[in-house]
Amino acid sequence: MNIIQQIESELGKPDGTLPRINVGDDVEVDYLIREGEKERIQTFKGLVLAVQGRSIRKTMVVRRIVQGEGVERTFPLHSPRVHDVRVTKRGRVRRSKLFYMRDRVGKSTRTKERLGDKVRAERETEKARRTAQATAAKDSSSKDGE
Amino acid sequence: MTLLLGRKRGMTQLFADDGTVTPVTVVEAGPCIVMQLRTEEKDGYSAIQLGYEDVRDKISSKPQREAAKAIGTAPKRFLREERLHGPSEHEVGQAITVEVFEAGSLVDVVGTTKGRGFAGTIKRHGFARGPKTHGSMNYRAPGSIGCSAYPGRVFKGKRMSGHYGASRKTVKNLEVMRVDADRNLLLIKGSVPGHNGSFVQVQTARTGVKK
Repeated sequence: MNIIQQIESELGKPDGTLPRINVGDDVEVDYLIREGEKERIQTFKGLVLAVQGRSIRKTMVVRRIVQGEGVERTFPLHSPRVHDVRVTKRGRVRRSKLFYMRDRVGKSTRTKERLGDKVRAERETEKARRTAQATAAKDSSSKDGE
Repeated sequence: MTLLLGRKRGMTQLFADDGTVTPVTVVEAGPCIVMQLRTEEKDGYSAIQLGYEDVRDKISSKPQREAAKAIGTAPKRFLREERLHGPSEHEVGQAITVEVFEAGSLVDVVGTTKGRGFAGTIKRHGFARGPKTHGSMNYRAPGSIGCSAYPGRVFKGKRMSGHYGASRKTVKNLEVMRVDADRNLLLIKGSVPGHNGSFVQVQTARTGVKK
């Protein structure tokens, strides 16, 4: 493995902490925002229009409609501000970039849901990953308490 | 001033806790062996000569091979000197590692830029290009290069097409973000001249004042 890949794998979030994200999926992103002194988590729900970059440089563009106005945000997936990402629906799309969605309104902004064994298997592994993570977090916190 | 020789390995980014991204260049530097000391008495100036990257005996010259053997190391691919104001604190044969730099200090990086071959004025000097359409036949042409009968010649130093890149360049006052002593790596903020894998010299910034 070359040095850059090695460094990036160490610097980024560990393998398995981020779900597999494809263009066309509906996602919920928990994002840490600062309000004065306090920090809180804001959830941004929307459709993934594009995924760019690799490993630690990976970003995704999420679009949603807020009060009739289209809002797009780019999230660097390995940023410490991105607290959690959940995939709510797998979408079936035929492009790698869905910028044509910007010209659409109403029902046509929806993507067809991808169903089938593959998606089901993915959902199972994702669930397993989350429970594993939760128990791991609980273990470490109980250890800290001792 | 401190000098270290190394190779550029590529670029990546670092996240701060507040989510700010810093672009960094990874430089694999050192350990450099002190090959020779120049002294006022013997050479007329004092300096320290560093060697980086071992080469096979076969491809080094005999004087280099013997000199390396005398200090108990392999011959080096790169030898560079650093001028000193007084006598050196180092001894011949000593190894210098990335630990001479610390996170937060400023460095200058010297390297050879990527070669662009014979480049036009737009790439080489940043000239504006002409319109692409509407009957324009002047797309990347440089335009007029001077006046007519007076002076009747083109001025020296007129910026024109020609060979560009593959020249020595120094980038000054770059911040060292991280030092990885185990792998001999420096993570330096910003970009550094040359291709990935090209030879660079990292030295303490000459003029730098940290903002």
